[in-house]
Amino acid sequence: MIKKKMIAMLLAGGQGSRLGVLTSKVAKPAVAFGGKYRIIDFPLSNCINSGVDTVGVLTQYQPLRLNTHIGIGIPWDLDRNIGGVSILPPYEKSRGSEWYTGTANAIYQNLEYMETFHPDYVLILSGDHIYKMDYEIMLDFHQANHADVTIAAMPVPMEDASRFGIVVTGENGQIEEFQEKPLKPKSNLASMGIYIFNWQVLKDSLLKLSTVPGCDFGKHIIPYCHEQGRRMFAYEYTGYWKDVGTLASYWEANMELIDIIPEFNLYEEYWKIYTNTDLIPPQYISDQSAIERSIIGDGSEIYGQIHNCVIGSGVYIGKGTVVRDSIIMKDVTIGDGCVIDKAIVAESAELGDNVTLGIGAEVPNRMKPDIYTFGLVTIGENSVIPAGVQVGKNTAISGVTRKEDYPDGILVSGETLIKAGERI
Amino acid sequence: MRAAGIILAGGNNHRMRDLTNRRAVAAMPVAGSYRAIDFALSNMSNSHVRQVAVLTQYNSRSLNEHLNSSKWWDFGRKNGGLYVFTPTITKENGDWYRGTADAIYQNMDFLKRCNEPYIIITSADAVYKLDYHKVLDYHIAKGADITVVCTEMNPLEDASRFGTLKMNEDMRVQEFEEKPMVATSNTISTGIYVIKRLDLIDLIEHCAEEGRFDFVTDILIRYRNLKKIYGYKIDSYWSNIATVDAYYRTNMDFLKPDVRQYFFKEYPSIYSKVSDLPPAKYNPGAVVKNSLVASGCIINGTVENSVLFKKVFVGNNCVIKNSIILNDVYLGDNTYIENCIVESRDTIRANTRHVGENGVKIVAEKEDRYAR
Repeated sequence: MIKKKMIAMLLAGGQGSRLGVLTSKVAKPAVAFGGKYRIIDFPLSNCINSGVDTVGVLTQYQPLRLNTHIGIGIPWDLDRNIGGVSILPPYEKSRGSEWYTGTANAIYQNLEYMETFHPDYVLILSGDHIYKMDYEIMLDFHQANHADVTIAAMPVPMEDASRFGIVVTGENGQIEEFQEKPLKPKSNLASMGIYIFNWQVLKDSLLKLSTVPGCDFGKHIIPYCHEQGRRMFAYEYTGYWKDVGTLASYWEANMELIDIIPEFNLYEEYWKIYTNTDLIPPQYISDQSAIERSIIGDGSEIYGQIHNCVIGSGVYIGKGTVVRDSIIMKDVTIGDGCVIDKAIVAESAELGDNVTLGIGAEVPNRMKPDIYTFGLVTIGENSVIPAGVQVGKNTAISGVTRKEDYPDGILVSGETLIKAGERI
Repeated sequence: MRAAGIILAGGNNHRMRDLTNRRAVAAMPVAGSYRAIDFALSNMSNSHVRQVAVLTQYNSRSLNEHLNSSKWWDFGRKNGGLYVFTPTITKENGDWYRGTADAIYQNMDFLKRCNEPYIIITSADAVYKLDYHKVLDYHIAKGADITVVCTEMNPLEDASRFGTLKMNEDMRVQEFEEKPMVATSNTISTGIYVIKRLDLIDLIEHCAEEGRFDFVTDILIRYRNLKKIYGYKIDSYWSNIATVDAYYRTNMDFLKPDVRQYFFKEYPSIYSKVSDLPPAKYNPGAVVKNSLVASGCIINGTVENSVLFKKVFVGNNCVIKNSIILNDVYLGDNTYIENCIVESRDTIRANTRHVGENGVKIVAEKEDRYAR
């Protein structure tokens, strides 16, 4: 009989719509992060570094990039004879078909997968957080407490607590109460969306709540377990953990990597983050370049100036171009003489010569003021920006744009420009 | 592909000086992110050669470590794959490889068991891209017994370390001299050969019977009038790295855009073992000009006209000029390095100065760091 002590189920099906044009064609876990990584690399690397070698990845929204990135799991050493990584998309069944309607529903639809491994414990993870965590220590905590469910939780500032699911604990970490986005939080311990369940407890709860529409861990399964009087504990985590759900937090988390000694340090030996790299060559820095406070991925060719940036692999930055406070993802080409301030340029976009990004006053975005904010210019993947145009703040551009799309050669602050087509 | 591959990676060259004290020439780091053998291996893989034997002897540990998995070159297959053959003691034989032909002879089982009608033989100490298919097609079209891939020698090079060839109009080899004192031809052998498998078995066995061990002098040169040996000329980039000067020059060639375009951007790619290092990091104080920087580097000082291999740490106020810094070197604050090759895993103490006055200096401090 196949037997695994703990298996992981990684929820990677969400769109992450608050990332705007960055996730219009890829799921949030597949969005590039930190120069050469994708967001899902962090939980996947945590799994293998914690000794969890069986991971089911639940995909639904735009899964192509995720599928090709994960493959059979070679970069994470998750290509195993027994276990390893399995991609689990929704599938058609004889009794009818449904999409994954909620986080717990997605896990419920894959009971059979989990059953194969006869696990004692199931670790539930989400694919959209940046952190390093040893799940084995969390499991030790779970076992020491003879818990049925353990929830990883971290202290947040009290004024932010109402944005999170809050757990209220007793002295030994046992959970007494849950508050989902409470107006008056009783504690500042926020759930991180990382759970360890005893297999039988998880299975029973999923079966019992299988008919709940949009069955969700935070909204249904966790309160249900609490009602049933299960032993539930909060595992307090105080290391670096970042939810990169908004453009501002995504930008900030990237920028933290360029500090002299970053709080989240990718250069430590003992907890490596793995990724699927298809680019191996070194990067070239020309004699006209000036680079400071930046990280740059493999195989990039830099002829311009870079200040406070996170640059991906295979990027070309032309002569006389100045890039400041920006995130430039894999395979982007930027022409000569550009000036780029506080922009996020997604994969394989192409900017012509003398393009200026991030000019003018800060005006809220007209279409989606809560998404395109923070003064950022956001450019979707495979977009084309013609030479010589100027773009204001709180703007978004996607698709193949032409000179005539920019009145007087300018896209003023607060505008959104979505066109059809892709860079070929 | 109708050919199997043999990569001769066993030799050392005293002209590598201290660089090969602890590693094989084939395991020399090249162009920031690669090792010398990656070029031959990637060419094999990109030419769809399905099984490849690497014959290694001198300092073979370094090479075995690099080849610990064959999947990076796409050789992890059920049929075929990558074989690394170091000398072994058998009932009949207790010798090391006494030459290239002897190395093949001692692994005759490989030749006899594979089914491919042709064999491609290459060295592991050259930087080049080549589709062996084209050489094989040429070999068949010419009706050759042996095809030798050759090239015009770089004028900066020293012909006395190569085999030189003279060919007639039909490209048939007329003269073949190994390491001549005075070269009479600018055409040199690249050490890449195509030959029918059964012919190779006969020649090698015959050679062994006569107590001869070298593929070039005892087969190519001895048989040059008896066998139809043809030259296949390449004019694309090819550079042998087996002297310190050639090694230095080859690495510096990668600062030229056309060389990078050819090796880094054009299809097919050169593969190497992936080392899972983070992006290179430029801290305040970093001034980098005309240089290659590999992943995992952290730079706090000045780097000019240099190649930094993986995971190099450059301290504050350092100045590095016209130098090659190999993998995992730590350069303490205020060091000055000019015209040097700094050996892998070196720890250079703060305030040190190393300058290559008459040619390239090899810095090998070997202050080992290891985890306790």
